Amino acid sequence: MQSLGIDALFKGRNFLRLLEGLWVSVRISLIAVLISIVLGVVMGMLMTSKSRILKAVFRIYLEIVRIMPQMVLLFVVYFGTTRVFGWNLTSEAAAIIVFSFWGTAEMGDLVRGALISIPRIQYESARALGMKEGTLFRYVILPQTIRRMIPLSINLITRMIKTTSLVMMIGMVEVLKVGQQIIEANRKASPNAAFGVFGMVFFLYFLICWPISRLAAGLEKRWA
Amino acid sequence: MTIETALLKIEHLHKVFGDHVVLKDLSLTVHKGEVIVVIGPSGCGKSTLLRCINGLEDFQEGRILLDGEPVRKESRNISVMRQKIGMVFQSYDLFPHKTVLDNITLAPRKVQKRPKDETEKEAMELLERVGLKDRKDDYPRQLSGGQKQRVAIVRALCMHPEILLLDEITAALDPEMVREVLEVVISLAEAGRTMIIVTHEMAFARAVADRIIFLEHGGIVEESRDPKKFFEKPATERAQEFLKSFEYEKDR
Amino acid sequence: MDLEIMKSYLPLYRDALLLTLKIGWQGVLLAFLTGLLCAVVLHLRVPLLRGIVQIYIELFRNTPLLVQLFFLYFALPKIGLRLSPGLCGSLGLGLIGGAYMTETIRSGLESIPVIQSESAASLGMNPLQAFRYVILPQAAASSVPGLIANVIFLLKETSVFSTISLMDLMFTAKDLIGMYARTTECLTLLVIFYLIMLLPVSFLGSLVERRMRYAEFGD
Repeated sequence: MQSLGIDALFKGRNFLRLLEGLWVSVRISLIAVLISIVLGVVMGMLMTSKSRILKAVFRIYLEIVRIMPQMVLLFVVYFGTTRVFGWNLTSEAAAIIVFSFWGTAEMGDLVRGALISIPRIQYESARALGMKEGTLFRYVILPQTIRRMIPLSINLITRMIKTTSLVMMIGMVEVLKVGQQIIEANRKASPNAAFGVFGMVFFLYFLICWPISRLAAGLEKRWA
Repeated sequence: MTIETALLKIEHLHKVFGDHVVLKDLSLTVHKGEVIVVIGPSGCGKSTLLRCINGLEDFQEGRILLDGEPVRKESRNISVMRQKIGMVFQSYDLFPHKTVLDNITLAPRKVQKRPKDETEKEAMELLERVGLKDRKDDYPRQLSGGQKQRVAIVRALCMHPEILLLDEITAALDPEMVREVLEVVISLAEAGRTMIIVTHEMAFARAVADRIIFLEHGGIVEESRDPKKFFEKPATERAQEFLKSFEYEKDR
Repeated sequence: MDLEIMKSYLPLYRDALLLTLKIGWQGVLLAFLTGLLCAVVLHLRVPLLRGIVQIYIELFRNTPLLVQLFFLYFALPKIGLRLSPGLCGSLGLGLIGGAYMTETIRSGLESIPVIQSESAASLGMNPLQAFRYVILPQAAASSVPGLIANVIFLLKETSVFSTISLMDLMFTAKDLIGMYARTTECLTLLVIFYLIMLLPVSFLGSLVERRMRYAEFGD
């Protein structure tokens, strides 16, 4: 039995490079989630509006996000829009745009759900106390929705981290790509490196996502 | 009544839940055709008693015998024993995915392997008796609480149980529906059915009972074969106090 | 955009769609069966098996399908397990999908109140009969919207199959772009074909969900 790639994994800076690749994925996810939360809150508030046009627009938007694979969206943004509009986009920018596009839709829907789940009596009693709409939203409604949203946004982070594995397809060097490079470079010395390296990548993803999703599940249970 | 007609024997039943004693050395013999009404403050163990008799709860000591055969949650033949013991619960526990008729015939057909047309014929006769013949194809959610509870009674009866356990079957009903359900129970009593009834409806208890059992802290405090006398002049101070709590409401 | 060129690409996309559907369908079926089995194990609290199922779920829910596929396709041959791309695709989809389906079916089973099992028991049904006639039909009905959402998720995930050289929609688009550089046309067709594949499922999903929400049994 040959080494199955453990040697290649720990040769030189290889393991460190894998971790750097992982950080690329995590960084993109965190940036995209932050953007999604901000835009999602705005969108969620707009979604409670009664305007028919606004409602229809949001429905189409949500449906696109629901059924278009993220990979297709990445290709459309990275290769398609640059071709059609002639602008330049780095692959990282394209990834952040796509993930934010996706995250905003999910957050928006969550915010809307949280907002309409707050009983009407809460609005009425705040108004009865003489609060203006802004004050009412800031002190009564928002605190109640945030509690419901936190576990769900944490959950979104893990799903984004998992999906970032796709960005190698538009040429980003993240953990999976680094893995491929290590396997390529050690083809002669360690022909079975694919096992150890991809096994390690699998494990690293699990190591990052598992604690975060446990945290989300725990918070959800506690705040339910 | 003689010893030969003893249908259900409960001997020194003892049940604890953690360090809380739910049933304390409770013994009771039920004869064929007898209607026993169990009353007592909430948390006195009434419902637990019924759940033990139906093998839904286990207990630590004592035994329960039906026709001389033991009933116990963990015993292997519990499903067979439960067929002889009908039970109706407080909440409307009909199967929401089945019509009224299917709710009634499901267990006779699948458990007792009785033919479809025979069970349906019997189900229709029973439904007619409780005034719900025309609702046979409805689903539970289309019925009122009182109607659901009447169907639940029919469902239990269709298994031909030897004894029927009714666990606060009117507690979740709107007041105006209580009567339609209790009248069904009274007609069952008149037909000679053996029943153990847990209830908070004192007027009903008085009308239907052959024997009243007053339970408190998991033990029988007072037992009376004369319901009229029990309700007018209970022998124990505890029962007096308990009944007074109802009178207070009346006096208001 | 050149419609003539798009038209000439159509047969290629059609074949790719059929392949995607074939592997996707196999994966979905495998996922459903795995999910049902695991959910029953969790629901009945089967000792030992229950622990294995939980580890399986955590592992596959917390890693990307792409990485799972790379492991199946590139890593397993190194220890002597060589699987065809098609098998890797269905197996990968079935494994990740099984983990999600388990959760959906399990929460469906748990949404049925205890009193339902108890009243089945009080009618003399044994646990198996109660499960078969009372619990399962109700749980199945309440899991349907979740199951359909999973199907959409899984069919979407098929887009990563291109990386293990399966000629699915994504692969075809990439390939054509690489050869003829007709980026706009190829990507437009890609979007259209995914819409063809997933819009009907999504529509069915919202239909079922609306029905479930407003009408339970008996309307």
